[in-house]
Amino acid sequence: MTNHWIDIRNSDCIMIMGSNAAENHPISFKYVTQAMEKGAKLISVDPRFTRTSARADIFASLRSGTDIAFLGGMLKYILDNGLYNKEYTAAYTNAPFIVGKAYGFEDGLFSGYKSANEGPSLGSYDKSAWAFEMDAKGVPKMDRTMTHERSVFQLMKKHFDRYDLDKVSMVTGTPKEDLLEVYKTYAASGARGKAGTIMYAMGWTQHTVGTQIIRTMAMIQLLLGNMGVAGGGVNALRGESNVQGSTDHCLLWHIWPGYLKTPRSSNTSLAAYNKKWTPVSKDPMSANWWQNYPKYSVSLLKSFFGDKASKKNDFGYDWLPKVDDGKGYSWFDLFDHMYKGNMNGFFAWGQNPACSGSNAAKIRKAMTKLDWMVNVNLFDNETGSFWKGPGMDPKEIKTEVFMLPAAVAVEKEGSVTNSGRWMQWRYQGPKPMGNSKPDGDIIMHLGHMIKEEYAHGGKFPEPIKNLKWDYETNGIYDPHKTAKEINGYFVKDTTVKGKVYKKGTLVPSFAFLQADGSTSSGNWLYCNSYTEKGNMSARRSNKDAKNNIGLYPEFAWCWPVNRRIIYNRASVDPKGQPWDEKNWVVRFEGEAKDGKYVTKKWTGDVPDGGWYPLENPDGSKRSDAKHPFIMRKHGHGQIFGPGRADGPFPEHYEPLECPVEKNYFSSQMINPTAVVYSTKDDQHATCDPRFPFVGTTYRVTEHWQTGLMTRPQEWLMELQPNVFVEMSEELAKLRGIENGERVMVSSARASLECTAVVTKRFKPFQIGYATVHQVGIPWHYGWRWPATGTEESANLLTPPAGDPNTRIPETKAFMVNVTKL
Amino acid sequence: MSKSFLIDTTLCTACKGCQVACKQWHDLPADKTVNQGSLQNPADLTYTTYKVVRMTEEELDGKLHWLFFPDQCRHCIDAPCLETAYDEEAIYKDERTGAILYTANTSKLDADEIIGSCPYNIPRQGPDGTLTKCDMCNDRVHNGLQPACVTTCPTGAMTFGDRDDIMALAEERLQKAQARYPKAALLDADELNVIYLVTQDPSLYSDYAVADAGRRGGMSRGTAIRKMLGPFGRLMNV
Repeated sequence: MTNHWIDIRNSDCIMIMGSNAAENHPISFKYVTQAMEKGAKLISVDPRFTRTSARADIFASLRSGTDIAFLGGMLKYILDNGLYNKEYTAAYTNAPFIVGKAYGFEDGLFSGYKSANEGPSLGSYDKSAWAFEMDAKGVPKMDRTMTHERSVFQLMKKHFDRYDLDKVSMVTGTPKEDLLEVYKTYAASGARGKAGTIMYAMGWTQHTVGTQIIRTMAMIQLLLGNMGVAGGGVNALRGESNVQGSTDHCLLWHIWPGYLKTPRSSNTSLAAYNKKWTPVSKDPMSANWWQNYPKYSVSLLKSFFGDKASKKNDFGYDWLPKVDDGKGYSWFDLFDHMYKGNMNGFFAWGQNPACSGSNAAKIRKAMTKLDWMVNVNLFDNETGSFWKGPGMDPKEIKTEVFMLPAAVAVEKEGSVTNSGRWMQWRYQGPKPMGNSKPDGDIIMHLGHMIKEEYAHGGKFPEPIKNLKWDYETNGIYDPHKTAKEINGYFVKDTTVKGKVYKKGTLVPSFAFLQADGSTSSGNWLYCNSYTEKGNMSARRSNKDAKNNIGLYPEFAWCWPVNRRIIYNRASVDPKGQPWDEKNWVVRFEGEAKDGKYVTKKWTGDVPDGGWYPLENPDGSKRSDAKHPFIMRKHGHGQIFGPGRADGPFPEHYEPLECPVEKNYFSSQMINPTAVVYSTKDDQHATCDPRFPFVGTTYRVTEHWQTGLMTRPQEWLMELQPNVFVEMSEELAKLRGIENGERVMVSSARASLECTAVVTKRFKPFQIGYATVHQVGIPWHYGWRWPATGTEESANLLTPPAGDPNTRIPETKAFMVNVTKL
Repeated sequence: MSKSFLIDTTLCTACKGCQVACKQWHDLPADKTVNQGSLQNPADLTYTTYKVVRMTEEELDGKLHWLFFPDQCRHCIDAPCLETAYDEEAIYKDERTGAILYTANTSKLDADEIIGSCPYNIPRQGPDGTLTKCDMCNDRVHNGLQPACVTTCPTGAMTFGDRDDIMALAEERLQKAQARYPKAALLDADELNVIYLVTQDPSLYSDYAVADAGRRGGMSRGTAIRKMLGPFGRLMNV
């Protein structure tokens, strides 16, 4: 979230799309409800009418996988009707930037496209074709009137001109009047002093165009001036209490802690690595915060290798693994390799891939190719027991499975970071049960054993031998030591800004980190979370800040540097005064003399940098100011996003499996850069009469994730005992299906028995000239519980394709058939 | 002063947190349920389920409504079950809280008669013959806590407190709701300590959302005789 949970209450218009917050983030509805009590409008956009829709002022349905069309129509509506915040757009976004002549877009393809010879990527772009035009100093050329024909603004207008109501409705199946009602209601949040917010989740991310769906909304939020303000932002609702934390600390293959880049094989030295990933701006008004990249990467290496990391050995950079350029190492890729027999061993740690991964049947088969698997979890699950699961012959399976029982969250001390970036410390409740151990103890012990093994030799032992591994006190894992390591230390006496910091002192914030090896930090974004003042995340003050908008700055701690709403310098006009006087986030309170600011002072939230505002009270421009989007190279919010794999503007493409024979927007049927896997267990079928209905998966409030923690819990099983498939009354009639009977749902990959829930909440869509039915299945089930073994995972059905930027699977739109048993 | 609940269905998201909290506090076993083609589970109140969120889909004026109704004992101010039982050792009222409470001695009552007397179709009989229902978490209330369901509700759909305060809040919430839903109403508010605020015809939420004199809650012949005979009735085992 750019904002945070409590801040939802400050919104004037809440759109919940690609998420079902009432069911899957029930506590969020406390704040949604508070906003509505103050008059906020709630819009629910979903393929079916959900418990969120039941509370909404406006409900609009759309066919799964058509979100870009839906939102593209909104963008066009905002532009056509002049409902965008012109001052904000011109001053803070890259809408005035001039795009180079090499940029082009024709029939669904941007310039620079090259199709791939071998998968899983279908193709890629040479992004240099999308570069901005630069002036002599190397600063992007801009036209703040946004009238230049190659300005981002004009190119955007042209791009989305095709997204008219007729075409959008034809693709999404949303009635035109519903589209208009949503557009009109949401666009009203662009007025000065009004804020609109979006709450999204996996309904947006899990598509072959997932990243671009979110980009479309980010563009809308920028145009409406909703970024940086209270009650605004782009807010991802995370699916677990600590998903944000795990992402921040490098759960994903392509990032290091704090969103540093995983080194590529072409980054042959630390200098080459830092050069490659440190952006350079020639604009003196761009803070270009990532210019500090080497300070963060070196501090991280110092944290990994301690005293063993020195300038002489590139701080141990060579000891770290590099990924091959252009290759993916995502979940999909790992299981593809496992399936192909390229992996011997596997730690399934706190996860249940046999049920959670798209195309789960392939994953289960892949696990039979392993020599060993270590399953670290609270309980045995479908993954640890895959060898005795449906269709498996234990005699034929060589994989040896080890179970390491882990302690549950409440049995251990440590922090979680919630969707709103709040790091909150938790204390230990009950002691771990039986032989179960906290993950920290398991990892520490494992590390010691591996180190011992390598002490006797082995290939390339340096990374293991030199790894600093001292996060224990009296032999027990110490979460405080880890938290301090993440914050970082001065590793020798260091003078910063005239002050001496003794060796061993905790670093006060990332502004103090150094690239010369004098500081360590396990994650620069968290530098400031555990300082000499104590554990900031353990704070529990309920005192609000001066602006009284629910920031509670001394409750827990949030990254970066306790800034509760990021991009908050965009919440003020160029003179530093809030767009919204009632729910202001920051304001400039420096003194002015003769119409010019002479002293610097911001109040409210921690500002995105304490520089002077862009303009003086008399309207004159200041040259010592910085643009507000400080994490962007050029300091502006990106309406044009030249860094994405699939294009600088979003474009509607159909899902890999779709019910229509053509894409009404172009002759590119699917995302031309999508990743699609192609073993014999990666079947897909599009526009295939055997699979005529759109399928999607989702969660229900009564279960959690693959159900490992909820299916063995009888009170929760009572609430949602069976895997079910929801369908319209019309579809049920078509197939002769009675409500409550068991039916078979099949895709090109597998079949799944479900209980039919025939409901008015699904309605057939009118897509083009055809009627299209959609069904939906929750994915919380697996054969291990309930003991009947009849309730299986919906991910047996989901497809082998994903987004080119993230490789997240397209589990939210695929094709199925539904038949009576 | 007695205690009351306000259950504002305009805020309910049917998360069923209240159902689980109720089971947890009362240490009740899970019912063996089967999905009957609805997200509502269990399908109805049972001997071991004192609270169930009823979920119904209705198309009204061309618009779909999904109505949620967290159903439970209303703790009637003049409770027909109590009057029908006429046995304070089986069914009694805690005058301090207004809770209508069932004891193990309910096994000695005519269950069908007690259940039949309830206008809201709440009590359920167990295999041992006893009757059960929501007890207002009377033990919690006596110790300064809110009922478990109220504590767990994330949206504030349920509030609990002194009757006067709850009545005032109910009126305030009603006025607010009427601005958006012209049919908004409080159900049998003067007779009950559990007051529902609904926005549509009450019968759409549950067959027993409101008392219907013609259907239930009327005094049976047996009850009338017992009432007439007073304490002797019990001695005579009428």
